[in-house]
Formats: sequence, C-alpha cells, structure tokens
Amino acid sequence: MKPGTGNDRLVTRGTGWEPGTVLRWTVTLIAAATVGCLSTTPARAQTVAITGGKVYPVSGPPIENGTVLVRDGKIVAVGANVAVPNGATRIDATGKWVTPGLINALTGLGVTEIGAVPNTVDRTARGDSGISASFPVWEGINPASTMFPPARNEGITSVVVVPTGGLIAGQAALIDLVPGTVTDMINKAPVAMVAQFGDARSGGSNARGEQYERLKELIEDTRAYARRKAEFDRAQTRQFAARRSDLEALIPVAEGRLPLMVNADRASDIEAVLRLAREVNIKVMIAGGAESWEVADKLAAANVPAIVGSMGNIPESFAALGERQETPALLQRARAKVVLIANGSGGEELFNVRNLKYDAGVAVAYGLAWDDALRAITLTPAEVFGVANRVGSLQPGRDANIVVWSGDPFEFATRVEHVLIRGREVIQPSRQDELMQRYKTYPPAYRKP
Amino acid sequence: MTTRFVGAVSIGWLVAALGACTPKQTTAATQPRPAASPATQTTPRDTTRPAPGNGAVSAPNADPFPSTYTVPTSRSTLIRDVTILTAAGPTIRNGSVLLRDGKIAAVGATVAAPGDAEVIDGRGKYLTPGIIDDHSHLGVYAAPGGDALSDGNELTNPVTANVWAEHSVWPQDPQFPRALGSGVTTAQILPGSGNLIGGRSVVLKMVPSATVQGMKFPGAKYGLKMACGENPKRVYANRGPSTRMGNVAGYRAAWIQAEAYRRRWDKWNADHQGDPPQRDLGLETLAEVLRGNILVHNHCYRADEMAQMIDISKEFGYKIRSFHHGVEAYKIADRLAKEGISASLWSDWGGFKMEAMDGVRANLAMVSAAGARAIVHSDDPSGMQRLNQDAAKAMAAGEQIGIHTTEDQAIKWLTINPAWALGLDDRIGSIEVGKNADIVLWSADPFSVYARVDRVWIDGAPAFDRANPASWWRTDFELGNVPLPTGGAK
Repeated sequence: MKPGTGNDRLVTRGTGWEPGTVLRWTVTLIAAATVGCLSTTPARAQTVAITGGKVYPVSGPPIENGTVLVRDGKIVAVGANVAVPNGATRIDATGKWVTPGLINALTGLGVTEIGAVPNTVDRTARGDSGISASFPVWEGINPASTMFPPARNEGITSVVVVPTGGLIAGQAALIDLVPGTVTDMINKAPVAMVAQFGDARSGGSNARGEQYERLKELIEDTRAYARRKAEFDRAQTRQFAARRSDLEALIPVAEGRLPLMVNADRASDIEAVLRLAREVNIKVMIAGGAESWEVADKLAAANVPAIVGSMGNIPESFAALGERQETPALLQRARAKVVLIANGSGGEELFNVRNLKYDAGVAVAYGLAWDDALRAITLTPAEVFGVANRVGSLQPGRDANIVVWSGDPFEFATRVEHVLIRGREVIQPSRQDELMQRYKTYPPAYRKP
Repeated sequence: MTTRFVGAVSIGWLVAALGACTPKQTTAATQPRPAASPATQTTPRDTTRPAPGNGAVSAPNADPFPSTYTVPTSRSTLIRDVTILTAAGPTIRNGSVLLRDGKIAAVGATVAAPGDAEVIDGRGKYLTPGIIDDHSHLGVYAAPGGDALSDGNELTNPVTANVWAEHSVWPQDPQFPRALGSGVTTAQILPGSGNLIGGRSVVLKMVPSATVQGMKFPGAKYGLKMACGENPKRVYANRGPSTRMGNVAGYRAAWIQAEAYRRRWDKWNADHQGDPPQRDLGLETLAEVLRGNILVHNHCYRADEMAQMIDISKEFGYKIRSFHHGVEAYKIADRLAKEGISASLWSDWGGFKMEAMDGVRANLAMVSAAGARAIVHSDDPSGMQRLNQDAAKAMAAGEQIGIHTTEDQAIKWLTINPAWALGLDDRIGSIEVGKNADIVLWSADPFSVYARVDRVWIDGAPAFDRANPASWWRTDFELGNVPLPTGGAK
C-alpha cells in the first residue's frame, strides 16, 4: 500500500521488495549451513508439577484432571495418574486448561520493531536480482524487542521468523520466545527457504511463467554448482543463475532437506508450485494460500502443507478472488496438512502475533473441528518445520513449553495464567501492561506526589 | 511499494487569508436551514441581474447529491425467545422484538405477533442493533485494489476540504456485502489520512445499489476528515507541512479562511445584497463545520496532539465529534469525557508506527470507564467484519487491570456510540421502539469467538441470511470473478 494513503492499518503492512532496506547482513561461507538445534537455555534443575487441569497433549486425547510433570526444562510425564515428587513446585490447574505452547508459523517477530521506522526493520534483504537465498533473517533478531512479551504473555511460545521480498526472500528460523540471546532463542534455523510465486511480480520477474523458469533454473544451477564447486572456484564453469552464497544456501533445498516455503494465493499458482516441486524434485509448502481450498485434494495428495489463515474472505487481489474463511476446514476435510497463522489483522508482526488463538477460534466457527484447530497451531507446525521432537505437544521428552489457560484458549474472555518455555515461567509485564497500569486511574500515578 | 509525493501545487491554503479574524464564540449564529433556491427568495435583490443558479450559491445544508434510498416494503417480522442486547438498557433474556414498516415496533419479554408476521425462533441466539462502523474506506479503496481502485486520498494538496468521499465510492466493491454479512448495517466512508483536511465523508447503508446515492443514509450529516501527525507530514515532506508544527499552522490557516468565508456567505444568504461571493467548495465544507452542520472526525493517535486539536477547535469555534484511532486516548480519557468527544478505537492494532507505539488493548475499556464515549472502529475491511471481537478483546484486557465492562456497556461501543458520532443516534444504534429496524441475529453471544451472524435486517427488510446462500448480495464485480463461498474443492 502507499505510505500515507487510505487505510492506515494497511500503510505499513505491505512487505514487498524494498530496495531501500538497509543492507546489514554479512554473507559468509557458512551462511547456508543448517544450524539446527543450536542451543538450549540451561534450565535450572527443578521439578514443576501442573496438576488438576484439563490437559490437551495434542499428540493424544485430552486428559481430565491430568498432571504434567516437568523436570529440568523437559516434560517427563503426562497423565491422569502421575505421582508428584516431593519438593516439586506445584501449579494448581484445577478447572484450567493446559495445552502446549502455541506456534505462530508466519511472523516478522524480532526483526520488525516499528514497521514505519526502517532502521528497526530487518526482514527484507537487498539480495541480487530478487534472490536472497543466503539471507539468514535470524541474525537480525533483537531479543530485547518489546514485541516479544505481548506474544509470549498470551501463550505463543514459538514463532517462525519469515523473511519477505524478492523471488527468494531468504531463510526462515523457528525460535522459542525464551528470554535470552538469539542463540538461546533459536530452536532450528533454517527451517525453510522462502519464495514468492504469482502476483508478487518480485525479483525482476514480470510474469508467472518467468518466475517458474527462474526457480527451476535456480535449483538446476544449484545442483550443477554443488557438483562442480572446485571448478567454480577456478572459474571453470559457465555462469550460474545466482551468486555463490545463494547457490550454497539453496543446496539443502535442491537436496530435498529444506522445504521451499512458497507464498502463493491463486489456485493455479499453487498448482504451478506443485508442478515445479515434481519437476525439480524438491519439498515445498504453500503459505498464504488464499485459494488453497480449491486445490485441497492436490495438496493432500502431494503431502504439501498449507499455511493459511481463517479470517480472509475479501477478494483483495486478482490472485485471491476465491479467499474464504472455510479454507482451513476444507483443507482438513481433504486431509491436507493445515498450519493456521494469524493473518487476519496484521498478525504477522508487532503486537498481534498473539492473536493466533483467535484465528483458531474463527476457524472453528467456520467449520474446523476444535481439536484440529489446536493441532494446527501446535503439533502440525512443529511437524512441518521439523521440530516435533522438541515442541508442539505435551509428551515425555519434549521441551516444557506449556500454557495454563483459565478456560477455552480460543475465547476472548479466557486469561493466560502460566506460560512455561523450556520449563521457565516467562510472563513478565509488557510495555503495554506498564502503560495500562500507569494510566488506569486519573491523574496517573506518575503525576502524583 | 510506490510512494506518491506530490509535485508543485498551490500552497494558497498556507499563505492566503491572513486577514484578521475574531475567533468565533458560538456556532449558533447561523441555524441550519433548507437550501432555498435563490430564485424563490422574496428578499430584496438587485433585479436587474439574473439570479445566480444553485451551483453558484453556497447554501447551508445543501444536498446536491441526494440519497435515493427508500425503505423497502417488507413483511412484519417477530424474533422471539432471543437474548436481546438493546444498547439502551439491560439485556432482555428470552425476549422478543417486532419489526414492522421498517421500524422497531415492539420490544419486550412478550410481544404479540401480528397474524401476517414471519416468526423467527431465536432460542440460544442473540439479537443486537446493527453494527455501525464510523471509520471505513469501503468503496474508496475497493477490492481487488490496485491503482485503478485507489480513490481514497486526494494527495495533491494538504487541504482538500473540497473533495467528497462519495464521489470515489464504487458501489460494486465486494467488501460491502462482506461487511453486511458480519452485521454492519451502517458505515461512515471517510477520505484517507494523507491530508491535514481530507474532505467530506459519507454515511452509507450496506445495501446493494448501482449508485452511491442509492446507498446514502437519508438525512445523515456529512463528516469532515482531519488528520494529525505522521501521515500528512510524511506525504508533504518535500513541500510542507513537513513537521507537526507545520501541520498545526496548516489547520489554523484553513480555519481562518473558512471563518471569513462563512461570514461573507451568511451575510449574503441573509440579505442577498449585491453579487453573491464566489463559491469555494473547500471553504464551504469548512464553513459548514463552523455552522455545526458537518461533524469533525479527526484521525489522531497521540494524546498530546489530541489536546492540541481540542485547543484549535476552541480557537475557531467548532466541535470535534470523534478522535479516530486515538491509540493514546486512554491517557486523556478524562479530558475526552469532559469535552464530550468520542473516541473511535481499535482494541489491539498498534505499534506499526512511532505514533502508534503506545496502543494498549484496554484502551476502549479505560476510555469508557472514564465516562467518554468509546467506539470500536475498523479502518480495515477485514477488521470491520469483527468489530464485536475487537470489543471482546478490549473487555478482557480491561478485566486484567480491574476495569469490568458489562456486555450491556460493550454493545454500545458497537452501536449507539458510533450512531452518536454520526449524529444518527435518534434513528439507529439501539433496539428501542421507533428506531429504524436495523437488527442482527447472532448464532451465539457476539462477544464469543464462535459467534457468527445468522441474519441481518435493514429497515425491517431481510438483508442477509446465512442459511440461504442464493439470497446473498453479490456485487457485479463478483459475477464470474469470485466463486460463491459454498461447497468444497473444485
């Protein structure tokens, strides 16, 4: 959208290719290396027992009056008959609901502080002719961002930080919202290579067919490069379709180890991405997917996950004419893998990453089963991004990312009572909380003698 | 992204009309009166000249683009055994509402149904007044978007009081039926916020029509869009205003001109002596604000800027009807209550620019608790479909800091309070006998995430019925372009 025009909510929402983005990242020879499971925050040796709640492990059926036992940051037991060791810290969850921490799979959290203040935005690389495959978006994450507390205070314990812009936007990371350093936060990076297809007109492409050919050429050249690195270094190869750093970063994609997460909306665009994936033999996932419901059976057959919202029903562009709120339910009915995101009202970034739970509730209102909605914001994204061994469910051995809710997590009136990430309570007052406390009476407390 | 910086255009608004002008103390000097045709005037006039045509005369309350909307005839409807959030009093459980001849004919625990009435069983459901969004750009930023449909910001001059939003509205915007299907029955369509003074708004009913006149709310006052802060100074950075102080100088210069214009025309309209003054569309709109005939809707995020806009309004003798966006309204909620200015707010949209940093989710609850009129607004075609959810979020956030808001209070944020902001609270915004029968039937408590709109009536006529897709309003644009949202995969 145009700065200063019209709808003020949309003014900063556009995340297209922005040539003015400050070039801050450094290309390194190891930029593309998978950094998976970089670290864990050493949890204090302590035992926590969450007792008496209605426990939704997601990996199994709900447990009434269940107990979740946590030791040293990990879940060690989940069930109705779990003995609580002496000395354990007890959280009484009687009458409460207990779920895994929620995972928002499409955000700019940590790399966007204030959208309209460019120096606080690190989500879009300059790249080379629309190709920024080597861009490790997580290197720009600011753990001190004031946007983290609102998200984690409301039950979001992990997010995928997704770069934007260009034909290949860069590499996404899955981070846990644990207080600490970037290294502490990273759960797995990269978890996907991010691309655009269709309306974006991105990266110097002007037509869909051209985008298709460029993506295909990139994968083929990446394979050629991988086979002939020594010759490349001696300048004995033909010119490839991308810079060396980008080719290097694309090797895991070409080898099928790293999925290509493609933003695509039109049904025929999604089909084109599926054709491309077959033709060059890579793993893909669809993000956005406004018309994904029209090709739900094809997505299911190809085992391609769809990362979609539940609040879109406006034909906002000619690529999204068919967008509708039943999309998650229809994908689920076709047995496609559904990951729900908060794209209703700017949920990608800033304050409203927290609103994921409401997108889940709205998905239920539009036909998705409640259990499926919870899965679509916990275990399914964990599976899709390859971290289900760590997060997304309440099972022994998983990280203790747990939320205790006063009731149905999707309802507005429900309060978040406890948020544990890797076994640590992480709720702390956000800037907004401090402002509300300051001004809830007049004159505000700070003005009083 | 494209950025539209305007080139060299007139800066007359800044330098003109620096003549002395006494601040106007009252808006009662000229009472609203019908736009009389000068040809029919009996006031003495120089009869040697032909009378000016209407188009040359700046008349108060002129209505050159009149509404052509008429209330459709419809069968009487009784909704019974339903929970009624009236926005006028306590919730009525298991109550009934009778809609007849376009009006709410009866409300209560038991209402007798006329023999010819359609009777609707509302058990387990909720009834509310039609939702009113006092901040929308439907039609002026129509879907599917793009430059061709980008008609909401006349970014050629920082003061474009001369433009009227209705002249940009595309009645085939597919966002209109979606707003209706989520319970919105009335919306104020505003020009954008790129200018200090952006132009006139228009109040529309969410009804299908080939023309905007067919959607216009009969008798609704116009609004004037003004904007504080970052947007105008960014848009006009190269030519000015490029600062907030430049913004304020711009508003004041415009009001100085407007006051002089109002005096010239009020005098001429009273005595018809000599040639009429030259008509100026922009100054005419501003003069109508000074006469109290147009309501000011002021986009303003920060508390300090709102306070300055209040001072400017006092300097020139007009009232601000509502501050829009007002993410910092909670910081001066006591002042807003004292001044009688409403606050049109989001629950949790904020942080996307510097002046929106201090947005808090309890804003609505805090403003409401301080005694000011709180309004949930959208400024967004998607958010517009979930104003009830925005209210619910603000209620919950208020609870967290000890401010309890009942559903009977919160429903007002969505209905009677925006009706007041539009000057229509005598006609819409509550379920009371005599009011227009703009009614929404919800599948569940509208403050639940699971609630959906089942049915909508406008002026007593069925406007939306979720159970009957064949009856849904589809704009011309949608034919062949947009599949009906029914069924599964192709």
